[in-house]
Amino acid sequence: MAGELSGILEHVDRIAGLDLEDVPPTSHVVELENVLRKDEPHESLDRDTSLGQAPDPVDGAFRVPSPQAEG
Amino acid sequence: MTEMLDLTVVQAHEAMAAGELSAAEYAGAWAEAAAGDELNAYLWRPEDGATGVESPSIAPVAVKDIFCTEGVPTTAGSRILEGYRPPYTATAVRKLIEAGAPILGKLNMDEFAMGSSNENSAYGPVLNPWDRGRVPGGSSGGSAAAVAGGLAPWAIGTDTGGSIRQPASLCGIVGLKPTYGAISRYGMIAFASSLDQCGPLTRDVADAALLLSILQGRDPCDSTSVGLPEAPRLPEGEDLKGLRFAVPAELARDAIEPGVREVFEATLATIERLGGEIAEAPLPHAEHGISAYYVIAPAEASSNLARYDGVRYGMRAESSGDVIEMYEATRAAGFGPEVKRRIMLGTYALSSGYYDAYYGQAQKVRTKIAGDFTAAFEDFDFVVTPTSPSVAFGLGEKTGDPLAMYLNDFFTVPMSLAGIPAISIPAGLAEPAGGGPRLPVGFQLAAPAFGEQKLLDAAHALEQAIGFEAHPSGAPYVPMDGIKRTGNGEAGDG
Repeated sequence: MAGELSGILEHVDRIAGLDLEDVPPTSHVVELENVLRKDEPHESLDRDTSLGQAPDPVDGAFRVPSPQAEG
Repeated sequence: MTEMLDLTVVQAHEAMAAGELSAAEYAGAWAEAAAGDELNAYLWRPEDGATGVESPSIAPVAVKDIFCTEGVPTTAGSRILEGYRPPYTATAVRKLIEAGAPILGKLNMDEFAMGSSNENSAYGPVLNPWDRGRVPGGSSGGSAAAVAGGLAPWAIGTDTGGSIRQPASLCGIVGLKPTYGAISRYGMIAFASSLDQCGPLTRDVADAALLLSILQGRDPCDSTSVGLPEAPRLPEGEDLKGLRFAVPAELARDAIEPGVREVFEATLATIERLGGEIAEAPLPHAEHGISAYYVIAPAEASSNLARYDGVRYGMRAESSGDVIEMYEATRAAGFGPEVKRRIMLGTYALSSGYYDAYYGQAQKVRTKIAGDFTAAFEDFDFVVTPTSPSVAFGLGEKTGDPLAMYLNDFFTVPMSLAGIPAISIPAGLAEPAGGGPRLPVGFQLAAPAFGEQKLLDAAHALEQAIGFEAHPSGAPYVPMDGIKRTGNGEAGDG
């Protein structure tokens, strides 16, 4: 995969030489104003549903292997 | 029944309104057609035909498997989401269900929408209904093949750099990428959030307008959604008088297959015959679109895909070590090669010391590309290009060369980076470069942001003049020029 990635980066590098010093970057193409919604409580997923797709739910929580390796 | 399936959705709805067609019967007929899928277009279909509404009032719809659908398997074409049944439904799908559209099924796609051939699906490639030895395009390959192959009356897909338009082009149907923000992305599994957009894949432009009118709108659940200024109406008009069409002055004609180039030039002549004016306009930065896109999209993907960690949903790989080892084992087993490639590219482009050179520079190129379009739209109504440099290519032909695969998006990526709407309509048939039966060629029109209505009207007028018979349905599949394909496994000369 290293060779493939190098080939792609070589192509991508074509933009490295463009003189864009004073050009502002674009991160979002549509002008948006920030709007705050009302802070009102609304229904959300209950705990059982939220845990329902987890590979290893236990006691109302997501269980993962211990951060301290056993071996 | 076959006659019923030959109608476009708009025609079917007219027949329903006139009391000549029952929506339930129509939905049943489509469910039966979908059950005959031999293209690997569907990843999931409900056992009892179509689902989601008790009594359908509009045509059933097939949905790219990137849209979360409550209780229904949603994989995004990835092993890492195998067995996942979302606890909620994407707004786009909810709107369709609320409009009375039963869900026919979930459609195959390139894993996490990364690909241009549908060969990156963890569940096998989709076959092109015109020639089963060829790809349908991607990443919405299942959506395009289902509509072209008579397995769904219409479908929704997503487009990040061409993923609706390119497969529509390769399968001979209409594909529309709306303005960024036109349709809610709530529940649409994220790939590259500054680019992803939902849109229709349909038999004709009128159906695309109708589907867009149902899907569009602001959604409180998606802060980037703004909707369209007005809900689109069915397109009108038979000529293009007074409209100006720009062909990019830098259009790399040499990179376009001769057959595709011929259809493109013939379509330009049709535009002129309809009273449209054609001239060249400079879009000097569009050629850097691929470079910018393949920095920005992987960078955003590397961030979006961090959530697949084997903890909250999806698969978890067996591992004997600690939680970090579990993450690594899960991601190693769950992601396919193209997804891994993009995550690596993205994390590299965002890494300290390279950020300005790659991501920062790509975002500046994006500004220049958007600026090129803004300048062109001061003098022109539309920018036009071929949708794809080639007709459908053979399965396996480009899988060994990721860069060659990326260059399929050459003509579609600039519009995505600029956030503007673009549509691909079938413009004719052309012989592949390597010879063989003729295959569909798409023609792309792009308009200024929120210019969907004008775009649909012009595309409709052009479509009527071209007269591409894009409505064959079911097997056998008979394209307009009489190239007969049996549609039962014997088809496919490639």
